[in-house]
Amino acid sequence: MAGNSEPLSPRAKLAVTAGRAAAAVSKAAGRGSGSVIGGKVALRLDPDLLSRLAQHLDVILVSATNGKTTTTRLIAEALRAAGPVVSNALGANMPAGITSALAGGSDARYGVIEVDEKYLAGVARDTEPKAIALLNLSRDQLDRAAETRMLAEKWREGLTGSKAVVIANADDPLIVWAASSSPNVVWVAAGQEWKDDAWSCPSCGGVLQRPGDDWVCGECGFRRPVPSWALNGDYVLDPHGAAWPIQLQLPGRANKANAATSAAVAATFGVPPQVALERMYQVQAVAGRYDVVTFQERQLRLLLAKNPAGWLETFSLIDPPPTPVILSVNARGADGTDTSWLWDVDYTRLAGHPICVIGDRKLDLAVRLEVAGLDFRVCADADEAVRISPPGRIEVIANYTAFQDLRRRVGN
Amino acid sequence: MRSTSQNGLRLVWVYPDLLSTYGDQGNVLVVERRARQRGLEVSRLDVRSDQQIPTSGDVYLIGGGEDRPQRLAAERLMRDGGLNRAVANGAIVFSVCAGYQILGHEFVNDLGQRQQGLGLLDVVSTRGEGARCVGDVLADIDERLALPPLTGFENHQGVTHLGPTARPFARVRFGNGNGAGDGFEGAYSDTVFGTYMHGPVMARNPHIADHLLKLALDVNALPPVNDQWYEALRNERIAAATQPA
Repeated sequence: MAGNSEPLSPRAKLAVTAGRAAAAVSKAAGRGSGSVIGGKVALRLDPDLLSRLAQHLDVILVSATNGKTTTTRLIAEALRAAGPVVSNALGANMPAGITSALAGGSDARYGVIEVDEKYLAGVARDTEPKAIALLNLSRDQLDRAAETRMLAEKWREGLTGSKAVVIANADDPLIVWAASSSPNVVWVAAGQEWKDDAWSCPSCGGVLQRPGDDWVCGECGFRRPVPSWALNGDYVLDPHGAAWPIQLQLPGRANKANAATSAAVAATFGVPPQVALERMYQVQAVAGRYDVVTFQERQLRLLLAKNPAGWLETFSLIDPPPTPVILSVNARGADGTDTSWLWDVDYTRLAGHPICVIGDRKLDLAVRLEVAGLDFRVCADADEAVRISPPGRIEVIANYTAFQDLRRRVGN
Repeated sequence: MRSTSQNGLRLVWVYPDLLSTYGDQGNVLVVERRARQRGLEVSRLDVRSDQQIPTSGDVYLIGGGEDRPQRLAAERLMRDGGLNRAVANGAIVFSVCAGYQILGHEFVNDLGQRQQGLGLLDVVSTRGEGARCVGDVLADIDERLALPPLTGFENHQGVTHLGPTARPFARVRFGNGNGAGDGFEGAYSDTVFGTYMHGPVMARNPHIADHLLKLALDVNALPPVNDQWYEALRNERIAAATQPA
């Protein structure tokens, strides 16, 4: 069990030490936190290091297109009620970053690990997790990522025969397809506002019928499983039918869904929903997301949205008009270099808000908003966009590297 | 002649459940917007793959999709037959990427098999052996269409060969296009168009949307609209295509 296995081998210890040294050098050189380079160095010295580190822990993996960093944080907070936790809280979610994070937590009992979608099957093989939380899958970075349905298929193959309890979203047909090869699944009705990647049956290709919250394939009968946990408005319903109020500092429906899933994961480790949810309330911002910063005497709320499903969930949580909105989009490597996805986002939802657009690809946004029939201003940068907005709250929505740029400029 | 003016412009967005993965529904939005800006009434009909394709549309738009949805879409369009009947009635079809391949005689599907297409364009598509074609493209549109240069974003593995009755939609200056070594990008024949360009292509080339509107209305000119942001975006993307990172 966790914490009492045999100690790390000398080779593994050396790898951990070398990794820490590399991370410290990288950090001192001003190149970020150093966690990825540290993990790479350590894995080169001991390729099995991730497995070795994981042996000492009860591992929980979290993967999804959207919400994995936040959910990892919520689960980590909840499980701290039961014992020390180590986690890749900053979102370094590929094997090197994960290895580095685990190497920093030698006294932990639980390892709560966010995993990039493409690496889930491999990390699950290496770490033999006790639980795996699967939230949602939708289109993201289509110029370089695998097709969305193929990802679900790879998860399905990778999870076949896994001993982990899989906590999975019953409302996302692709997630259900991925999870239903596992013998032990806890279904959570967590909702999924974005539906446009799951009109085809993942099993047979038939057209899914979606009356209300239900879904079923008219051809092969593949259908929504009966959930044992559910998000219901501001409450999470547990398998006994008890309703627990969700109170979060994090905004929006999607985070309530993340909390519902996290409560189901915590219960798997004996942490009751009430305790888990109270601990989740502590979380204010996650790696800068949802952070409210003061800049030029305005209060900027920083919101990350990387793909159509993420933008849709973000529109539903912002303050109503006339709250100004600043949109920033880049198309660098980490964002995906194709901006076509902007046209899968329904920007008419922003009608009534004063809108400014910034970022490397502000002209794509300008044409998108023009065609949506919205008024907007194109600004040189965040400074100008904030300056021409009225005092008070401003909602700032940005994709990945645009969000990093923004934090660097306006962050505390 | 078609009765566009009596009932407004009828736009049909074909199979959004299968072929709307790469932002190509932007083409529908741009055509719709530019038609309305000219005072036209527009009805947009989204037809899912378990519904019948109407034959009375004026402009049919088809987008790109992933490999399995492409196979399913081609099967269902063949069975339906409505698109071919619409084209026989003189309808306009504009297709992108996977949709473009489906309009040809055949393409290679997700199972690695040659699959029959609708035969609306005299083209045959295979799967390329080399690296996937991904990036900004700049091309010169066929001179008979008298349109400014084409800018778009390509993201495909396909190779498309033109037969004698298809004309190349454009000739590539930067990027790959059809990838067949002839420098061609896309194809067209009468009122049926195909391209590999996303972006979406109409957002970067509003003149193509206007060209379809002119064909549908049977007019030579349209009232001007403010193209300030389209032009700014075009200039930026054309510069990006000529100086790849």
